[in-house]
Amino acid sequence: MREVALIGSGVTEFGELWEKSLADLVAEAGITAIMDAGIDGTDIDALYIGGMSAGRFVGQEHLGSLAAEVAGLSDLHIPATRVEAACASGGLALHSGYLAVASGAYDVVVVGGAEKMTDVPGTEATNILASAANREWEAFFGATFPGLYALMARYHMHKHGTTSKQLAQVAVKNHHNGTLNPKAQYQRKISVEDVLNSTMVADPLHLLDCSPITDGAAAVVVASVETARQFTDQPVRIMASCHASDSISLSERSRFDALPAAVSAARCAYRQAGVEPTDIDFAEVHDCFTIAEIMAIEDLGFVDRGQGGPATEDGLTARDGDIPVNTSGGLKSKGHPVGATGIAQIHELMLQLRGQAGQRQVEKADIGLSHNVGGSGGTAVIHILEAI
Amino acid sequence: MAVPRYWREIPQRYNLVGTKCGSCGKIYFPPKVVCPTCRRKSLGHMEDCALAGRGTVESYTVIYAPPPHFEGEEPYTMALIKMDEGCYLMGQVVDLEPQEIHIGLRVEACFRRIYEDGTRGAIQYGYKFKKMEEAETP
Amino acid sequence: MATVGIAGYGAYVPKYRIKADEVARVWGKKGEAVSAGLMVYEKSVPAIDEDTATISVEAARRAVRSSGINPVDIGAVYVGSESHPYAVKPTATIVAEAIGATPDMTAADYEFACKAGTAAIQTCMALVKSGMITYGLAIGADVSQAAPGDALEYAASAGGAAFILGGDHLIAEINHTVSFTTDTPDFWRREGEPYPGHGERFTGEPAYFRHVVSATKKMLEAMDTRPGDYDYVVFHQPNGKFPLRAAKKLGFTKEQVQEGLLCPVIGNTYSGSTPLGLSAVLDVAQPGDRILATSYGSGAGSDSFDLTVTEGIADYPRNHLRRMLENKVYLDYALYMKHRGALK
Repeated sequence: MREVALIGSGVTEFGELWEKSLADLVAEAGITAIMDAGIDGTDIDALYIGGMSAGRFVGQEHLGSLAAEVAGLSDLHIPATRVEAACASGGLALHSGYLAVASGAYDVVVVGGAEKMTDVPGTEATNILASAANREWEAFFGATFPGLYALMARYHMHKHGTTSKQLAQVAVKNHHNGTLNPKAQYQRKISVEDVLNSTMVADPLHLLDCSPITDGAAAVVVASVETARQFTDQPVRIMASCHASDSISLSERSRFDALPAAVSAARCAYRQAGVEPTDIDFAEVHDCFTIAEIMAIEDLGFVDRGQGGPATEDGLTARDGDIPVNTSGGLKSKGHPVGATGIAQIHELMLQLRGQAGQRQVEKADIGLSHNVGGSGGTAVIHILEAI
Repeated sequence: MAVPRYWREIPQRYNLVGTKCGSCGKIYFPPKVVCPTCRRKSLGHMEDCALAGRGTVESYTVIYAPPPHFEGEEPYTMALIKMDEGCYLMGQVVDLEPQEIHIGLRVEACFRRIYEDGTRGAIQYGYKFKKMEEAETP
Repeated sequence: MATVGIAGYGAYVPKYRIKADEVARVWGKKGEAVSAGLMVYEKSVPAIDEDTATISVEAARRAVRSSGINPVDIGAVYVGSESHPYAVKPTATIVAEAIGATPDMTAADYEFACKAGTAAIQTCMALVKSGMITYGLAIGADVSQAAPGDALEYAASAGGAAFILGGDHLIAEINHTVSFTTDTPDFWRREGEPYPGHGERFTGEPAYFRHVVSATKKMLEAMDTRPGDYDYVVFHQPNGKFPLRAAKKLGFTKEQVQEGLLCPVIGNTYSGSTPLGLSAVLDVAQPGDRILATSYGSGAGSDSFDLTVTEGIADYPRNHLRRMLENKVYLDYALYMKHRGALK
């Protein structure tokens, strides 16, 4: 398989975007990425779009065709595919686009992700998100998404001594980073007390331990490395693109203090990229809940199993730490438009790798990693990128 | 929930009927068509097997922000339970004071109302769990 | 005549209680006076996810488990209640499925105010005696409703008991049953209405007492017995006082009534009332004990039963009801309303 690179990216603002429809968001992100890549519409061989549940949020399925229409490309009749893996829809869309280009089938592919979550009431959004869990055997009995991660948090606290304060510090750090991201949904600092005093959602997770409901879209342009140089002098090479699955039900997992799918995808990614965890300079991980980031840095091998809490407390993952995690503000502060998240993570990696992250630029940004998870860990997609 | 969907799972929801692999003897709930350990060797050899209903709390959470259908019931406790047969499942733990729930609590299944589809729809019943009571003697 | 009797029984009372004092507080009444007047000090309250179906299932499962009877041999299930979860769709089939008795059986739900459960017992007796079925399951259970502020609110409670009727493996033989039935509109609930209406003092002499006393007298006559021949007597218990007054009218002593009198601590479980009283007696009865039980259902009617406890009771597991009566958590009025679904 041939080498693949990213040649452009774009994100919309993330937040409660009352004036923007799903179609508006898809168009905006896609066009921004295309302009950033410097390609023409006729250069595009295929479209991939990740979206978890447009059918239930806005009654819209058939997103591939919708994307082709809003991009103004329908008369080119290019293949357009909708990809779904709950909150990993974006990451999986990129993996799909990557495979298409690496295989030689296509040369230039646009990959995007979008979600329009605020047209429905909050409780309905929660109900829709619960379809990322096992509807029959988890949601039916009253489990909620925060509830599933709360079960993992309680287990992690029991087994490894992780504290609520350490969980809160993930949110504090990510909010701090978010103040430097003009596209983030929340751009305000919070304190550990703020988190611990916020309403309890699912013990031990408070409101401020949870990522919000968000509208947004993101897109990237993927090309083979040879083709990439025609369009940009700052291509970003995809060193690894790995996808792993696990049971949808939390009760079927082999362990409850980690996401085995993430461990598996990470192992594959390090092998594919030919690097170790210590070679990763910075990462965007899937902090849908604070506990998720703590487990992520353990699953990714940045710290030993059980040490995610203390490491966060010690500042290992701060912007000026040894391995900055979620410089974008993470899902917590940047927002989590489900289908868009995986692609938005890539956008942040690209900004950092290209030295374009402005105030949030990390000093050493040669190799970056993104970690995108679906549901309570049923899917994990990991990418490792380097500037070339 | 649509009535056919609810109805076809009554053996599971009322009586915790899972499956046992005829090849390795491992018990699964909910039922499986193929054993993850034995894979194709198990095809056609998965037998119905009702769980006894007893287990131990592996982890728990108290839900304060309920989903639709469960409004008005919060706060309620959700637990990941390791059943005595070895499999895990998720269910509510009821009739418990907040300070009584802990990892390691022994629980047994009881029959409760899960939710109703409004005032005109069907009522869905199923398993929840409560603290195991001491065995009865004659 | 073929032998018929109780092969197994199981009771269920929810964990929660509210004191009559607490109800009185909300309505500005003197708690002590109310509880003493009714002889009801606290009543059982269902959990927010309990209803007549769940209570019936728990009681039935207990009966099956304790008796060791194979549920496949249960040929009929009847559930009597005035708070069936559905107006149309039987509670009995939910119970039958939950105990594994389906599909080779018959089932139906009964309504006859508080005596729907004993009507179910009589039906099962007849089906067993006629040889149509091997075992029958009769349940009386309720999550009784009363309008907030109404006198009934102090006692209307939740609970139920299940009886497996059969011809062998008996713990108590039912020697005879008689009934006294008239059309007497003392207490009723119209279709679609959440709460019952009643004739206040009319529910006393012309209703409860007339039927309970008449049915019991008929039984004594039929069996050629006197009140002193019985070790225990159980009457329907809308409050703690009516059964004692009925006992006095008939010549039974307070001691004979005491064991089966649960109303003072769990309230009136309507269709569960006589069944639970009988369960409490069976929990302590010894082989050879003679029991008389007379139910009452508004509308109106009484079913009376004469039982003799057998040797079989010695091996029967029996302390679950006492545990349920002792294992309780008190609610205040707000939580009581939440549990009853009034705050959804």
